[in-house]
Amino acid sequence: MKQITIILEGFGSTLLLLVRSLSYLPSLPRQRARFIEQCYMIGYTTLPIVAILSFFIGSVLALQAGYAMQNFGAKQFIGSLVGLSMARELGPVMVAILLAGRVGSAITAELASMKVYQEIDALVTMNIPPARMLVMPRLAAVLVMVPVLAIIADLVGWFGGAIVAKYVSFISIEPEGYFSVLRRYMKFGEDVAGGLIKAEIFGFGVVLVCCNIGLNTRGGPREIGAAVTRAVVVSLILILVLDYFVTKALM
Amino acid sequence: MASSTGHTRNPFTEVETPAVGVKLEGLTKSFGDHVVLDNITLSVEPGEIFVLMGPSGSGKSVLLKHIVGLEAPTSGRVLVDGHDATSGETREKVRMAMVFQAGALFNSLTVYDNLALYPREHRVADEAGIKDKVMRALQILSLEDAAKKFPSELSGGMKKRVAIARALVMEPQLMMYDEPTSELDPVMSATISEIIASLKDEYHVTTLVVSHDRELALNIAERVGILMDGKLIFLGKPDELRQPKDEQVAAFLYPKIDLKHPRYKKLET
Ligand SMILES: Nc1ncnc2c1ncn2[C@@H]1O[C@H](COP(=O)(O)OP(=O)(O)OP(=O)(O)O)[C@@H](O)[C@H]1O
Ligand SMILES: [Mg+2]
Repeated sequence: MKQITIILEGFGSTLLLLVRSLSYLPSLPRQRARFIEQCYMIGYTTLPIVAILSFFIGSVLALQAGYAMQNFGAKQFIGSLVGLSMARELGPVMVAILLAGRVGSAITAELASMKVYQEIDALVTMNIPPARMLVMPRLAAVLVMVPVLAIIADLVGWFGGAIVAKYVSFISIEPEGYFSVLRRYMKFGEDVAGGLIKAEIFGFGVVLVCCNIGLNTRGGPREIGAAVTRAVVVSLILILVLDYFVTKALM
Repeated sequence: MASSTGHTRNPFTEVETPAVGVKLEGLTKSFGDHVVLDNITLSVEPGEIFVLMGPSGSGKSVLLKHIVGLEAPTSGRVLVDGHDATSGETREKVRMAMVFQAGALFNSLTVYDNLALYPREHRVADEAGIKDKVMRALQILSLEDAAKKFPSELSGGMKKRVAIARALVMEPQLMMYDEPTSELDPVMSATISEIIASLKDEYHVTTLVVSHDRELALNIAERVGILMDGKLIFLGKPDELRQPKDEQVAAFLYPKIDLKHPRYKKLET
């Protein structure tokens, strides 16, 4: 029973924070310094790890697909398999998971310590709403940066698949063949754009949830750590649950 | 130069805004079963300096938090200039500043940016004007050299002074200090007392000070309240505190250090 109240409270406070932050959107031009800083934080710091991981995910996809498909002579379709999987599913989900681990945890830690050390209280007495100064710029920044990250993840993943397809002996497909199949069986407007929409929704949700958990922290240093853990766990659950529903809705 | 009209003259812009009063009406606050504030009724007049004293843990900080709207009463109400303190609109209408007991400085900002945050966010002036205000506040508290430092690089007393400077920059109508002198050396304590008194004299700022500092209370307060066990056990002029009649008040203000019969031993038996 208590668990249910906690979950419902979490939903409620998250929605409230969303509405509040959106209502401050018109003041984005005044918050542009913070917006740019957050774009940098979100984009630039997650870029290297997104690139590395998507390269290997693309590669391993090609490897597994090649291994499974060699027996029934379907391995020339590897390009479309890697292309579709990356664009529709793995790119967006991976970007969102990395965002939760790298950015979401940092956001929660920062806001939770501001809460615990009364900096949030100080903002409130100064009549500076935390939603305007701390949350809205982050939400705007994640909306701008996530599509960029997701496109890079797709491209690097496809490229990783192409390299494996060419150099692994039991596959041996030239890049021209790989990419022409990839292009032929993929509708960019639908598959890639659908993936970007998914990434956008996941990223936005992760940042919103992490901000909310941070701002609602109570207690001392130990609770800051607990808040970060909770934020990451809730983000991961959110990503996978949303993944099903958004995927279904986009079909 | 006391303002006879009962108006706050803004120290930097010379704009006059009416001074505000604070009313607590039957304020009761409990955390779970623990009743911290028990039916407190008190009124702080516009432009007054009110000093609230009381033993550690008696609920002084909690009381201040009710006035800025960070805590909501369990029952009773708190009015600032006639507006309910729990409503966000009150903070739009009345400029309130609070010096938190622990400073509550923004750790990711330099001292300068800590002070400049309020005027920047509220677009009080252009960047040059803000610089003037900030440097002036830093100068008043002898903090010019600390402008570029981060809070983590400051001593406890410096943090306290930065917190006071940050509140001064806000040019508040209602100023609250939570133990402003607790970590300061005697000279700096006296300086802070003088600042509090002169702000009131020159600009008619309503001032509420929570403090254990007897000198501060006796010298600058217009009225003093003593909070104990959730109730105001004393409310009156500071002069009445020089020879308090009430035994509890006397024991709180002028505790005797008796080495032959230490208090902690009495507690044990
Ligand atoms: N958020 C809270 N939750 C539960 N109890 C609290 C909370 N805040 C304060 N209290 C309790 O309320 C009481 C009064 O606390 P408060 O901080 O107001 O004391 P104080 O008079 O300011 O003491 P000091 O002089 O040491 O600063 C304490 O017993 C404290 O434990
Ligand atoms: Mg206190």
